[in-house]
Amino acid sequence: MNLNATLIAQLVVFFILAWFTMKFVWPPIVKALDERAKKIADGLAAADKAKADLALAEKKVVEELRKARESAGDVRSSAEKQASQLIDEARAEATRIIAQAREAAEAEAGAAAQRAKEALRDQVAHLAVAGAEKILRREINTQVHAELLANLKQELQ
Amino acid sequence: MATEGHAPTASEYVVHHLTHLNNTGHAQTSIVDFSVINLDSMFYSITIGLLTVFLLWAAARKATSGVPGRFQGIVEILVEMVADQAKGIIHSAESRKFVAPLALTVFVWIFLMNAMDLLPVDLLPRIWEGIYASAGGDPAHAYQRVVPTADLSATLGMSIGVLLLCLYYNIKIKGMSGWVHELFTAPFGSHPLLYPINFLMQMIEFLAKTVSHGMRLFGNMYAGELIFILIALLGSTATVFGMVGHVVAGTIWAIFHILIITLQAFIFMMLTLVYIGQAHEGH
Repeated sequence: MNLNATLIAQLVVFFILAWFTMKFVWPPIVKALDERAKKIADGLAAADKAKADLALAEKKVVEELRKARESAGDVRSSAEKQASQLIDEARAEATRIIAQAREAAEAEAGAAAQRAKEALRDQVAHLAVAGAEKILRREINTQVHAELLANLKQELQ
Repeated sequence: MATEGHAPTASEYVVHHLTHLNNTGHAQTSIVDFSVINLDSMFYSITIGLLTVFLLWAAARKATSGVPGRFQGIVEILVEMVADQAKGIIHSAESRKFVAPLALTVFVWIFLMNAMDLLPVDLLPRIWEGIYASAGGDPAHAYQRVVPTADLSATLGMSIGVLLLCLYYNIKIKGMSGWVHELFTAPFGSHPLLYPINFLMQMIEFLAKTVSHGMRLFGNMYAGELIFILIALLGSTATVFGMVGHVVAGTIWAIFHILIITLQAFIFMMLTLVYIGQAHEGH
């Protein structure tokens, strides 16, 4: 155990090695460690965020479903309402058309009856005139006796 | 265990193993001699130092923030361990930019240098003896010590490095005047009569920290190496007891030594951080 110049040489080597480590070894390793720590932290944060997002999305889905169901119900009820309205309208229209047809038919029947009556009256008048002609055996001037015939027609009415 | 030629005695064997290969070619005679340099300590510590920074650099080069491989994983564990310790001890983020990498280097480097102790105690010295002899040298003078941390010069070199950093941060954080003021007023208080005592205490503190820092590592590794040498001597008796004793004791000591090399590397690193951390705090 003697002391000699090895001491000084070792001291120099000591500082050179330490300098080398400080310059070329320590920074990249510490940087990698820090980056990895950050990556892990980011990953954990992202996972948390994803979880929160998922919960939010699920809530949204439930909400949307509820809304869709509601609107479907609305659509159905409004369609039903519209359908029943259409049916009502159609029924009213049909009633109206039937009534109109009946009215028209009635009017036509009435008119026909009137015409038949008129024709009958005319015929009766002619028959009466013809009868009277035969009875009287003489020509009756229809123009002269028109008033008389009209009176007769009036009475027959 | 130079068995060919003249077999060394036990004491020759131990002394041979504890002698450094230096630039003079023979064992250093004086306790302190700065004209001598231990070539073996320098070779192994620089080689292992380069291996250390290469391994760390190889991990850093391919470091990704994605899924790490096993190699990147182990380096990351080390970095995180050192970074956590540094964060707890040194509160200046600016200083940590240098001190934390320094602590990482120190830990890995010292761990690997200590781990040289786990190689068979005669393996590398015998290879060196072969090379030395084939080059025409006397194998008895082919010295080789493979554990740089069992060299007091090397460990004190590192602990003095830490001392220099402590002085640097003392001045940087507290300012020259602030630090000088602290040198004379702490730990006992600000009174002219106490100035010399305070200063003396501070000097003793710095000296004790540095010497104990280097000595602790050196002592542990030197003792560990010596015990491996003694266990090898046991085997060299070539008796049944010696062989069984070598295997059993060698196994136990090597397993125990795994703990020691890791622990000593960790302690050296922690004390580096603690001492530099103390330089950041006023008394």
